Amino acid sequence: MKCRRCRAAAVIDLPRHNAAFCTECFRRHCREQVRRALDEHRMVREGERVLVAVSGGKDSLACWDLLRALGIPADGMVIGLGIGDYSRDSTRYARDFAEARGWPLQVVDVRERFGFDVPTAAAATRRAPCGACGLTKRHLFNQVAIEGGYDVLATGHNLDDEAAVLLGNVLHWEEEYLARQRPTLPGRDGFVRKVKPLVRLSERETAAYCVVSGIDYQVEECPMAAGNRHLAYKEALNAVEARSPGTKAAFVAGFWSRAHRRFAEARPEPTLGACTGCGAPTPGTVCAFCRLQARAAG
Amino acid sequence: MRVVLRNPRREVEVAGPLTVEALLRRLDLNPESVLVIAGDTLVPRDARLEDTDEVEIRPVISGGSGG
Repeated sequence: MKCRRCRAAAVIDLPRHNAAFCTECFRRHCREQVRRALDEHRMVREGERVLVAVSGGKDSLACWDLLRALGIPADGMVIGLGIGDYSRDSTRYARDFAEARGWPLQVVDVRERFGFDVPTAAAATRRAPCGACGLTKRHLFNQVAIEGGYDVLATGHNLDDEAAVLLGNVLHWEEEYLARQRPTLPGRDGFVRKVKPLVRLSERETAAYCVVSGIDYQVEECPMAAGNRHLAYKEALNAVEARSPGTKAAFVAGFWSRAHRRFAEARPEPTLGACTGCGAPTPGTVCAFCRLQARAAG
Repeated sequence: MRVVLRNPRREVEVAGPLTVEALLRRLDLNPESVLVIAGDTLVPRDARLEDTDEVEIRPVISGGSGG
């Protein structure tokens, strides 16, 4: 295969775009897709401070690298979640990446700061580990972004993540989640704006971006995520995508342009007060994270 | 050729030459879910792999909470 742009030997084929690219033209393609996402969804304004939620995996490191490549001087933050060797390795990948480039990275260990970790939280609450993990990350990334005076929190959610979450929400008609699923979640009292700059890139593209850019990332999957529903949705969508390239992108883009507003209008955002424990915004008196901490840390 | 797969890590021997597309078909892998790296180089699905190549097939699907 030849590169669609320069006719050099291609390193990757992208059936969704009916194209193949060489290394340099592929990296340019990724920058263009992120630039389009930033512009289309008004993610970051000139001069705003951006914090990237980093995990040490391909998506968050690609996200950080691409934002910097587009002239946005984003900082990073990684959370030590206490999932054994997996968490130690993920923090190391994030540190190595940041140190090699001289980019600021905050490291927050959840056990040191809150007295529990993801495995103990999952056991204490009898919740699925991914639920406790997601809640912890959402709370902590937002809290640190607010404390640090950041305007925007960027996450590495890619097209496959969005398509899989959308499929799950549609299969179970989760109207509240459908109302909130969008690439830019505006900031409001106590919540920093959250953006997903990789929504136009598949995870095959983000992984390939890391490989051709020399970004060393954690390939191993979280041991606690094995067999979860999110992964099953991704596999199902990829089976369709292989037969009908472009399906995932059409599914997600069509939802945002043609369906999301109906759910958002039917489900207005709830009024929030301040959590009596930590001050974070919550529809109740104690936020979900403080309730989790109370049970997990004992 | 020696083919290394990840998650879980394992190795298989596959006779070459053959294309990336044929290799993935033989191993029953979805091209949308993996990258193929020959030596240190990412290769597209029509690339020809030789019997002496060292090939890594790297999964790209990840995610726990979906958030």
